[in-house]
Amino acid sequence: MIELRGVTIAYRGRPVVRDVDLEIRAGERVALIGPNGAGKSTLLRAMTGVVRPVAGEVRLDGRLITAFDRAAIARRLAVVPQQAELPFATRVEEVVALGRLPHEDPIRGPRPADRAATAAAIERVGLGHLLGRDARELSLGERQLVLLGLAVAQAAPVLLLDEPTVHLDLRHQVGAMELLVDLNQRDGTAIVAVLHDLGLASMFFERLVLIDRGRLVADGPPAEVLTDERIRDVFGVDPSIVRRVAPARSDGAGAGAN
Amino acid sequence: MAATAADEAIPGRASRVAWRSGRARSRTATLAIAGVAALGLALVLGVGFGTVAISPVDTVGILVHRLFGIDLGGTWTAAADTIVWDLRLPRVLTAMTVGAGLAVAGATFQGLLRNPLADPYVLGTASGAALGAAIAVVIPIRATILGFGLIHGLAFVGALGAVFAVYRLSRINGLSPLTSLLLTGYAVGSLLAAGLAMAMYLSGAALRQIFAYLLGGFDTAGWTQLGATLPLIAIGSGLILLRARSLDGFLLGEEAAIHLGIDVRRERAILLGLASLVTAAAVAVSGLIGFVGLVVPHVVRLAVGPGARRVLPLAALGGAALMAFADLAARMLGEIPVGVVTAVIGAPFFLSLLRRTRTGYEL
Repeated sequence: MIELRGVTIAYRGRPVVRDVDLEIRAGERVALIGPNGAGKSTLLRAMTGVVRPVAGEVRLDGRLITAFDRAAIARRLAVVPQQAELPFATRVEEVVALGRLPHEDPIRGPRPADRAATAAAIERVGLGHLLGRDARELSLGERQLVLLGLAVAQAAPVLLLDEPTVHLDLRHQVGAMELLVDLNQRDGTAIVAVLHDLGLASMFFERLVLIDRGRLVADGPPAEVLTDERIRDVFGVDPSIVRRVAPARSDGAGAGAN
Repeated sequence: MAATAADEAIPGRASRVAWRSGRARSRTATLAIAGVAALGLALVLGVGFGTVAISPVDTVGILVHRLFGIDLGGTWTAAADTIVWDLRLPRVLTAMTVGAGLAVAGATFQGLLRNPLADPYVLGTASGAALGAAIAVVIPIRATILGFGLIHGLAFVGALGAVFAVYRLSRINGLSPLTSLLLTGYAVGSLLAAGLAMAMYLSGAALRQIFAYLLGGFDTAGWTQLGATLPLIAIGSGLILLRARSLDGFLLGEEAAIHLGIDVRRERAILLGLASLVTAAAVAVSGLIGFVGLVVPHVVRLAVGPGARRVLPLAALGGAALMAFADLAARMLGEIPVGVVTAVIGAPFFLSLLRRTRTGYEL
C-alpha cells in the first residue's frame, strides 16, 4: 500500500532520513521505533506526502503519492492529528465529525452515512461520556482520544499515528493499543505508529522498524529487532532495563491480539 | 476504549449524537427566523425614520406599491415616495449589505487564521483603504465612476492592494504561513498607518473629510453605489459559503487540514481572496466600521457551534440586522458616525463575551 524506495529527506540541507526502503502492506501492524531525533516522525510525514523527499520516491497503491490530490490521499490514509489549540468552543462530536470531510460532498455537507460513521467512531473509541463537552476543556489525554476518534471516523485503509499514547494513563495506553489491534484485525486497517514505548511496541505490534540517525537499521518481528546488542547500541541503555518492560516474545503475535 | 467497563455504563450514545445535532439544527432554524424578522423590522423602521417622519403603514404601503404595484390604499405624498424609495431604502439596504459582508468576512478570517480576535481588517484592508481614501482627498483630482467618488475607488484599490502585498510578503520568510501572515499584516498595516498620518497632516482643510471616512457611515449611499457593492459582496459571500466545509477543516490547524483532504495552499488563497474582496467592497462604500465583523460571528458560534455551514449564513443575517439598526441609531442621534455606534455597542459586548469564555482567547 505504501512503498518508500531510497527515500532521503533533508531539512535545510541536513539529512534527517537517509536512503530508506520500506514497504507497508495491507492489513499490517507496524511500529516505528528509535531514539529521539532518529527521523521516525519525518518518515511518517513522508508516507503522507506532507514532506517531500530530496531523493527516492514514495508510492501509494502503486502510484507516486505526488500524483494524488489531497482528498484522494485522505480517503486512503487517516492521520491522527497533533494536539492543537482550538480557536473556538467545539463539541467533542464536532471534532470527531471532521474525520468525515474527505468523504463528504463539499457543498451538501455530512450525509446520514457520515453521521453514522461519526457515531460509530465515538462508540468504538469510547467517547460517549464526553459528548457535548467543549474539546478545549478536556484533559490532554481525553483530547488525544477525541483525535483518535476523528481518525477512526475517517475510516481509511491505513491509519498513521505519531506517539498516540504520549498523554494517556496506563489503562488508556493499553486501551488505545487494543483498539488499534481491533481495527487491524476486525476491519483489516493497516496501522503504522511511531512509538517510544518499546514494551507497548513489542506487545501489540507484529513488525517493528528500528530507525537510528535517519537510517533503517532493523525490520522484522519484535524478537528479531530488539536484540540486546541493538538496545545497547541504538538506545544506549542496559538491555535489562528494557527486558523488564518488553520481554522478547518468540511468537511475535503480541499479547493484545485477542 | 473498545470495551472498558466505564464506557459500558453509557447507553444510547449514538442517539445522543443524533439528538444533539437535531438540537443544533432547530436552534439554527430559530436564529434564522429571528434574523429575518429583525431584518424586516430594521427595514421598516430604518426607512420610516428621518427628519420627515413617515408612518410604518405608509412605509410598507410605499414599498409594496413600488415593488409589486399593489395599491394598499394609503395616502402618502409624492415627496414621501421619493424619500422612501430614492433616499432611505438604498441607504438601509446598503447598511445591510455591508453588515452582512463584514460579518461573513470576519467569520472567514477568524476560521482561516484560527484566531478569535481576527476581524475583516486584520490583514491590512483597513489601513490600505484608509490610505487610499486619504490620498483621494489630498490629490487635486476629482472623478466619478459608477456613482462612486475617487475616495471610494481608491479605498477599494487600497484595501485589495494592502492584502495582496501582505500575502506576497508573508510567503518569503521562514515562519509558518499563519504566523507570518498575521505579523506581516501588522507590519504592513503600521507602514500604511504612517502614510495615512502623513496624508492627514498634509490635508489641511480636507482633514474632516478623511476623518468622516475613517469613522464610517452610509450618508452617501444610493442605488448606484448599492448596485456596485451588492453583487461583489453577494457573490463573494456565496462563494465562501460553498467552501464552508474547507473552512471547518482548518479548525485543528493546517497540517491536520491537509490530512483531512484539503488542498491547504489553494483553499487558503481562495478564501483569503474572497474575504478580502468582500471587505474591500464594504469599506469602499461605507468607510471603516468596526466590531460588526468581529462580534457577530462569535455570537452566532455561541449559539450554533463553530460549523461554518451554519455560522456563515447566520452571521450574514445578524451582521445585516445589526448594521441596519446601528445606522438607524446613528441617524436618530443626529447623523453621528456609524462606526461610533457599532463600537459603543460592540466593545462592551465583546468584553462580556471574553469574560464568559472560560479558557480565554489565545493569540
